Amino acid sequence: MKILVCVSNVPDTTTKITFTDNNTQFNTNGVQFILNPYDEIALSRAIELTDGGKGTVTVINVGDVSTEATIRKALAIGATDAVRINAKPHDAWFVAYQIAQYVKENPFDLILTGRESIDYNGSKVAGMLGELLDLPSVSIIKKLDAGDSDATVEREIEGGKEILTIPYPFVAGTAEGVAEPKIPNMRGIMSARTKPLTVIEPVEVKTFSEIISYETPAPRGQVTLVPADDTAKLVELLHAEARVI
Amino acid sequence: MSVLIYAENAGGKFKKSIFEAVSYARAIADQNNTSLTAISIGDVSADELAALGKYGAQKVLNVSGDKLKNFVNQAYASIIAEAAKKENADIVVLSNTFSGRGLAPRLGVKLEAGVADGAVALPEQNGGKFTVKKTAFSGKAFAVVELTSANKVIALVPNSYKVVETGGAAQVEDFAADTKASDFKALIKEIVRSTDKVSLPDAEIVVSAGRGLKGPENWGMVEELAQLLGAATACSKPVSDAGWRPHSEHVGQTGIAVSPNLYIAIGISGAIQHLAGISSSKVIVVINKDPEAPFFKVADYGIVGDAFEVVPKLIAAVKEYKASA
Repeated sequence: MKILVCVSNVPDTTTKITFTDNNTQFNTNGVQFILNPYDEIALSRAIELTDGGKGTVTVINVGDVSTEATIRKALAIGATDAVRINAKPHDAWFVAYQIAQYVKENPFDLILTGRESIDYNGSKVAGMLGELLDLPSVSIIKKLDAGDSDATVEREIEGGKEILTIPYPFVAGTAEGVAEPKIPNMRGIMSARTKPLTVIEPVEVKTFSEIISYETPAPRGQVTLVPADDTAKLVELLHAEARVI
Repeated sequence: MSVLIYAENAGGKFKKSIFEAVSYARAIADQNNTSLTAISIGDVSADELAALGKYGAQKVLNVSGDKLKNFVNQAYASIIAEAAKKENADIVVLSNTFSGRGLAPRLGVKLEAGVADGAVALPEQNGGKFTVKKTAFSGKAFAVVELTSANKVIALVPNSYKVVETGGAAQVEDFAADTKASDFKALIKEIVRSTDKVSLPDAEIVVSAGRGLKGPENWGMVEELAQLLGAATACSKPVSDAGWRPHSEHVGQTGIAVSPNLYIAIGISGAIQHLAGISSSKVIVVINKDPEAPFFKVADYGIVGDAFEVVPKLIAAVKEYKASA
């Protein structure tokens, strides 16, 4: 089985998010970038499914040269090879379009993404790839069991789950539950340096969205503390003042 | 020009998040002096469909059929895109539900439309610019996105826009759209819906607990408090990682983002990753024995105390309040 895992390079989860240039640019000063945690889940499952010579795992990223540390991390975790499309990821459409062009030339049995990237949270690349390649897509899966000609996935729905079988090839966005994230070992880290990382140039495409500015959530007022033995007071405040119960 | 809203049903009924999305779509139609059509796919009664008029839909396109009873991502996207073309709709609105997040990107490609997922406010339209505020950095910030395409797809976050009743019943029409056999490759084997609990993404009140509870055996009081308040239960990442609670309850940066009216956090310290997932909650209550817990800095109300003493007392106080109300 040939699996493609789409990965993005995102700010570490502990990053305090700030902006510069009159709130029009994300402040990357001092920010550590990591492999998107949901993509790590996708990659870990892909490696499990192909373990023992049952297939290959290619990781693909749309990014400039600064993302190579993250791509090498994916190779260290266990991907077979990697592709970097040399362009800034303008938006989900741009990224999906570039990856779709690559997949048209290089077909895969299964294409995985994380359910969303933790920077822009769009959950869009999986669905857009599905549409561009005329393949089924399923966003936000919690479980993925691979059969010979199809896979069984569990999709999250509000207050429940849906179990589907989907024939290969298809696209899925993975969430927690699909796999435990793998940690690279020393052998993986050593071999990652020599695994193939192909750089290709992007194709031209019109884009449909631009980020104009950013805002941070409005600060909350001072906390009102209620004594531990006066829970009735808290209930009263939630009813009469906050009006939420 | 017109606006189309996809009214997603859950087991034949529309949830509050759909009435919010219809109200939101109505407001966008009003901004543009145009009409609002809703589309429903699946098995929904005529009365339920006509009721969408209450929130401002003038017309409802009803698509039914055996193969379309349950959500099929590809086929539903094809049908909604056809409806958009038929109605000459340049703006398509969805609710940012699990299914909505599957449909929005496919619709974006089909309609060559910019997609504003995770929208939290009405679009602003000034001098030919169409911008939408959306969540970014997993709740740590918002981004204002300009959609530069002629067609636009917007997915509204549940509980971020008020339901507005404008009165009136909608005219319901049957609508048949062409679908391809390849639209039906994904087959649903089973749908599991827990009916006895409030679903976390829909919940107006969330009772959440963390490692301060010491073990899964102590969740009884969390569930009791949630049940009394009609709330959903949630937890922090260490709790779901330890297997004390299912992953579907994990709220935070790498879990689910919620925006309830009331979020009650019990024994959760308030790490930056957890706060990201709850920052758009309207009112936050924190119960923690450590007065230095970072969660108190973002809380509206707080109790410094041991959860094992405070929560049973809070349950008693809520019972008393409910008995007197």
